[in-house]
Amino acid sequence: MTTLATQPLLSTDRLVKRFGGLLATDNVSIDVVPGEIHALIGPNGAGKTTLVGQLTGNVTPDSGTIRFAGQDITRLPTHKRVHLGLARSFQITSVLREFTALENVALAVQAHVGHSFRFLADARNDESLRGPARRGLEEVGLGDRANTLAAALSHGEQRQLEIAMALAGDPSLLLLDEPMAGMGVEESQRMIGFLRALKSKRAMLLIEHDMDAVFQLADRITVLVYGRAIASGTPAEIRANKDVRQAYLGDDGMVA
Amino acid sequence: MIAALRTPRGLITALVLLVLAVLPLLTQAFDQRYLLSIGTRIVIWSIAAVSLNMILGYGGLVSFGHAVFFGIGGYAVGILSAHGVSSGWIQWPVALIAATLWAALIGALSLRTRGLYFIMITLAFAQLVYYVGGGLEAYGADDGLNISRSRFPGLIDLRDKATFYWLCFAALCGTLWFCSRFANSRFGHVIRGAKSNDLRMTALGFPVFRYRLVAFTLSGTFGGLAGILLANEGAYISPAMMSWVKSGDLIVIVVLGGMGTLFGPLFGTIAFFVLEESLPPLLNLFAKGWGEYWQIVFGPMLILIALYARGGIDSLFGQRS
Amino acid sequence: MDYLLLQMLNGVQLGLLMFLLAAGLTLTFGIMDLVNLAHGSLYMMGAYIAWTMISWTDSFVLGALLALPVIFVLGLVVEAVVARRLYVRSHLDQVLATFGLILFFNELVRVIWGPAGKSIAVPAFLNRTVEILPGVPYPAYRFAIIVVGAAVAVLLAWLVARTRLGMLIRAGASNRRMIGALGVNIELLFSLVFGLGAVFAGLAGLMAAPITSVKIGMGDDILILAFVIIVIGGIGSIKGAFIAAMVVGQIDIVGRAFLPDLLKTFLSASAASSAAPAISQVLVYVVMAGVLVWRPTGLFGQRT
Repeated sequence: MTTLATQPLLSTDRLVKRFGGLLATDNVSIDVVPGEIHALIGPNGAGKTTLVGQLTGNVTPDSGTIRFAGQDITRLPTHKRVHLGLARSFQITSVLREFTALENVALAVQAHVGHSFRFLADARNDESLRGPARRGLEEVGLGDRANTLAAALSHGEQRQLEIAMALAGDPSLLLLDEPMAGMGVEESQRMIGFLRALKSKRAMLLIEHDMDAVFQLADRITVLVYGRAIASGTPAEIRANKDVRQAYLGDDGMVA
Repeated sequence: MIAALRTPRGLITALVLLVLAVLPLLTQAFDQRYLLSIGTRIVIWSIAAVSLNMILGYGGLVSFGHAVFFGIGGYAVGILSAHGVSSGWIQWPVALIAATLWAALIGALSLRTRGLYFIMITLAFAQLVYYVGGGLEAYGADDGLNISRSRFPGLIDLRDKATFYWLCFAALCGTLWFCSRFANSRFGHVIRGAKSNDLRMTALGFPVFRYRLVAFTLSGTFGGLAGILLANEGAYISPAMMSWVKSGDLIVIVVLGGMGTLFGPLFGTIAFFVLEESLPPLLNLFAKGWGEYWQIVFGPMLILIALYARGGIDSLFGQRS
Repeated sequence: MDYLLLQMLNGVQLGLLMFLLAAGLTLTFGIMDLVNLAHGSLYMMGAYIAWTMISWTDSFVLGALLALPVIFVLGLVVEAVVARRLYVRSHLDQVLATFGLILFFNELVRVIWGPAGKSIAVPAFLNRTVEILPGVPYPAYRFAIIVVGAAVAVLLAWLVARTRLGMLIRAGASNRRMIGALGVNIELLFSLVFGLGAVFAGLAGLMAAPITSVKIGMGDDILILAFVIIVIGGIGSIKGAFIAAMVVGQIDIVGRAFLPDLLKTFLSASAASSAAPAISQVLVYVVMAGVLVWRPTGLFGQRT
């Protein structure tokens, strides 16, 4: 178990985002330290998506700062954050449907091997892209689906492909936006196993509705309600927290 | 190379290219000079269509102002020619640079928008240049201007129809070659990925705007090349060469031929010109005097193409591997 | 001073005409997500149909009143035959198909009415001037356009703000999926909106006819201006379309009226008179580019 004394990889400091009169992010300060899985939970409309948006650079916060790997990234464009090692997967499956699984990951690899202003050389047989891409696919268990169009993959496989793409740049932090969404029980269990194995190598911020998965995976959990972080702690602490029970889980909604 | 000839697509493509390569000999043999002039325009329009396809077909960017590059390339040649600068060695680089710079400028402004806004802002920028052209009293305003053809002394004489045709054909081959490399390059993969899902590409770490801007600019350069050739073909420039209908025609051609395919724009241009030339006599055959109203048939054809023929002509040749 | 006032009124008049055109366009885009290039064809058809009706009845007002329902029906037919199939398609398909519609309508007009343009005379009772200010005469017909245009704008504002149809239009513009959830007959709503847009476009076309001329392709250039207007105003926003139409009207007319004199100070007279309309047109596009750089979804468009 890593100690919390470790320098955080990602931290937000009093992040605020308003949409009109709605306070979507209300003074949120959270952090993720290397080697941990920090889960972010909360009911629908709690502001999880807005918070993720600010972390990835799709939404600009009104105030507060975001630091990543020792650097202020509050106003950094998305693609630069990715190059610092902050990768994400999408809540709604977001793969390049017209490309094969291998091409999807190859593009993800390509994003990290210098600029792509190369107009003439054929990239289709470029082993410096394909090799790592193939390994990436094997890592998530899609090795035998390399030449299948992404659109033709099953939902679960597309979610795995998502992860492979996010991992391609060897990120230090993975932002996983509901990786288990829409998965069957079996697929979920496989994904949980995979993420747990991955934990030693990279930290994760996990947004997930599946409480089973959250309590199985998370080292720490932060509960977001109406844009505010009402509680943060180990799974056991969160389970015991009265505010959380009342505000979010409801007294009988607790997961065993 | 040889294996490609075994597929219907490869065979047809090779045949079309072969016919185009020897077209001046054919038209001379059969004494059909008029066909050579159509052939020249087909080749020039193909260059423009291939260049539009780079952003429209591969990039998914619906630019509704691509004919502006006909105008920029053409006017650069024409204006220099009107001032007595007739050397192609000066005219052509200036025209290409002008088209490239203009493409970079409007690309930088337009690519900030998306959807209908992008369609309309590209159209508006083309209209802007169109009206400027119409306001240039010194260069014929709306009536346009007769110009002399670019001179390459001691090298080639563009007044010779066959020579000029082969120059255009060489330019088309060069454009196709570049496009074929581009489509499969790292750069091309980024552009095609962004068409599929630009949010995803950004999240992968690609500065999508920058790549699109370069693609837009390159597309403008080749569009400018087509403009240079078009001005030389008719020895004439006018705002009409960049009217918005021409931009629409170019979109029609690319979709008709097959978006995001290498030879689709070429097939599309041929089909477009063949329809334009053959619909009037065909209509006259069925109903005398209706030939001049051929667009009453062509318009609904476009609607049907938009509704039912998504893959274009290219898809008739079978599935792509 | 009076000259400036008159030109500004002309700008208002042009702006109102273009608002009529832009309103239908922004509604069809906002609600049905349809890029309708053929909207300008409905403008043209309005003028031609009115020409026929007016020569038939020998009365401008009667002819115009008869033309409007015909255009409404024409709008419904275009919607049912072509537009309806395009709502769920990509913008590119829509551009292509409605571009085909333009070609069709331009040729149709040539077949029915011949290649030569037509002219509609200013109705006799409006063929005079009114004093808008003591000692400042203004052509009564242009003034009538302003009155009708303003009345339609008010009617439209009322329709959108106060009626059930307007409620659905607003709901549809902000969230297309929501109207489905409201249990509304969407097909009927879409047909109505399209027909309404056609009527506005036709009305603009027939009102413009006596001061421009009735000719093939008359709707094409003004359509692009109408698109510029809805893009500046923000697609789907009636208010934005109105404001942008007023601005564009002023730029266009005032530019045409005053630029030649301004340019003559440093250009030859003929160069100035040919450059001025070009510059005022260019100004419109420069304004649009400026707005989009500042706000990529227009003045009142939805942010994503």
